[in-house]
Amino acid sequence: MSFLSLVLVNLGRNKRRTLLTFLSITVALFLYCALGGVLDTLDESIKVGSETRLVTRNAISLIFPMPIAYRERIARVPGVRSVTVSNWFGGQDPADPRNFFAQFAVDAETYFPMYRSDIEIVEASPPQVAVAIPEGMDSRLAAFMSEQTACVIGAQLMKRMGWTLGQTITLNGTIYPGDWPFTIRAVYRAKVKSFPEDAMYFHWKYLDQKGMAGRSLVGAFMLSPSDPGRASEIQSRVDAMFENSAAATRTETERAFQAGFVSMYGNLPFVLRVIGLAVVFAILLVAANTMVMAIRERTGEIGVLKTLGFEDGMIFRLVLAEAAVISLGGGVTGALLAKLALEGGGFSITNFLPPMSVYWSTVLAGIAIALLLGAVSGLVPAWQASRLRIVDALRRVD
Amino acid sequence: MASVEVRNVRKIYQREAERLVVLDGISLEVATGDFVALMGPSGSGKTTLLNLIAGIDQPSSGDVVVGGTEIGRLGGRALAKWRARHIGFIFQLYNLIPVLSALQNVELPLLLLRMSAKERRRRAESALQLVGLGDRLKHLPRQLSGGQEQRVAIARALVSDPEVLVADEPTGDLDRASAEEILRLLERLNQEFKKTVVMVTHDPHAAERAHRILHLDKGVLSN
Repeated sequence: MSFLSLVLVNLGRNKRRTLLTFLSITVALFLYCALGGVLDTLDESIKVGSETRLVTRNAISLIFPMPIAYRERIARVPGVRSVTVSNWFGGQDPADPRNFFAQFAVDAETYFPMYRSDIEIVEASPPQVAVAIPEGMDSRLAAFMSEQTACVIGAQLMKRMGWTLGQTITLNGTIYPGDWPFTIRAVYRAKVKSFPEDAMYFHWKYLDQKGMAGRSLVGAFMLSPSDPGRASEIQSRVDAMFENSAAATRTETERAFQAGFVSMYGNLPFVLRVIGLAVVFAILLVAANTMVMAIRERTGEIGVLKTLGFEDGMIFRLVLAEAAVISLGGGVTGALLAKLALEGGGFSITNFLPPMSVYWSTVLAGIAIALLLGAVSGLVPAWQASRLRIVDALRRVD
Repeated sequence: MASVEVRNVRKIYQREAERLVVLDGISLEVATGDFVALMGPSGSGKTTLLNLIAGIDQPSSGDVVVGGTEIGRLGGRALAKWRARHIGFIFQLYNLIPVLSALQNVELPLLLLRMSAKERRRRAESALQLVGLGDRLKHLPRQLSGGQEQRVAIARALVSDPEVLVADEPTGDLDRASAEEILRLLERLNQEFKKTVVMVTHDPHAAERAHRILHLDKGVLSN
């Protein structure tokens, strides 16, 4: 027999109580890590953007467009290798308006070459006519390039909507009213986990002609610097160039741009953290109460152990170890369960965010909290047990 | 040489305004290898005196010297270590840990001494064989009779080879036959293994097995 086996034997003396405490800690840590996972997923979503690519948008707000003519001027800024454009469409599936997914009108000739390291074309319609493919673009996009109403859809969205390649779909425009028919000409998969696979891309020219009456406006320019070290300099130059224009600009890294979206969630991260900690705190009280009860029942035995020569410190450690084992066991189980179930199950919070992530740092934080919970819940009973006078403890046996 | 010396010991409990003198200037000596029975009516201070000798309580004044160590001078930690090495305590109600087997109960005091798990097990098995329970190693306390439980408790008390065994009414909860077995065992430990035994008892029959009987009444020795 060892100290550890003594701890385990003590935990096994009231199996139902131990199991219920274990399960309550498991559930609490599962919830903590699941809520942490929501924050991780938001964090993951801002990693969609690279730290070297830049985004230029209207300085007032993303919802105000800029003239596409800016592109020529931005492209001339020293250090800028290429520039592309993107515009939020905001269409709805008329069959199910709540089934939201993101749609972007892009300048395909420059957009897909710029994002070739993030996505790959996995399925495409064969081209009906010969078309020149710009350098750096996947040749399988030929059919897409030759057709103004063509679109490229993420594999996950295809699966969710039950669409097939070559199918024509119609969306209702909310920002750009009317019925918008699109033909699916290619399917992409994300090469990086953080890139959403449930988005749709189509030709900006189609949007410009049908939705903007040729006013040629765009929501954002994406800039690829020739040297990532010059990103900061480019930011300043671009914004300075349009400082006194009708549409002043704000240039930032893609990652910062995405983080701006996350900031629209307001205090949600704070609320989630508070809820997570409140759950843990509630369980702390339950676990502490259970430990106090368990030790009070064994007052006489503690007196016997002390009579045999167990020092106060040993009794303290013994009780603390019991609390720590049960908390750590429940904590590790709950935290790993959250990681495996939420990530492994491909669970999504919304269609707008990437599949749910639970970072290892969140799992480790959960386990650390469980350990702390064990220590704190065991502290009071451990202290009481260690301070118990032998004669008082033995009297309770009689 | 005296194994236990109690010098002018007083034990006073203060309960609110009431001052309760439990032991009033007790002095006694127990020689090494002696077997002493402490008798007296309830509330006479027998168990309190036994607790002082075992180092689980402290006198209000006076000295208790066991095996040459003045235990009143030891701090909590040192006193616990001292108890683990020098005292074997036998309770009236056995006080075995119910979730541990007989062998594990006997091994408990050895966790406090530096020895391998193998050595702990070997010594615990020997102690149980000595008390006639070599075939009950894996039994839980609830699977044993009262007499057997008390024998496990005796094995636990002697497994760390202490000089002094203190027994608080060791036969008080047993039938006549089991009590006889326990008394024979204590006699054997005293005679064969030279353990000093101090036993509190109400039972004159049990007290007769001791070399010496001391009577306590209202906190003073009456003979």
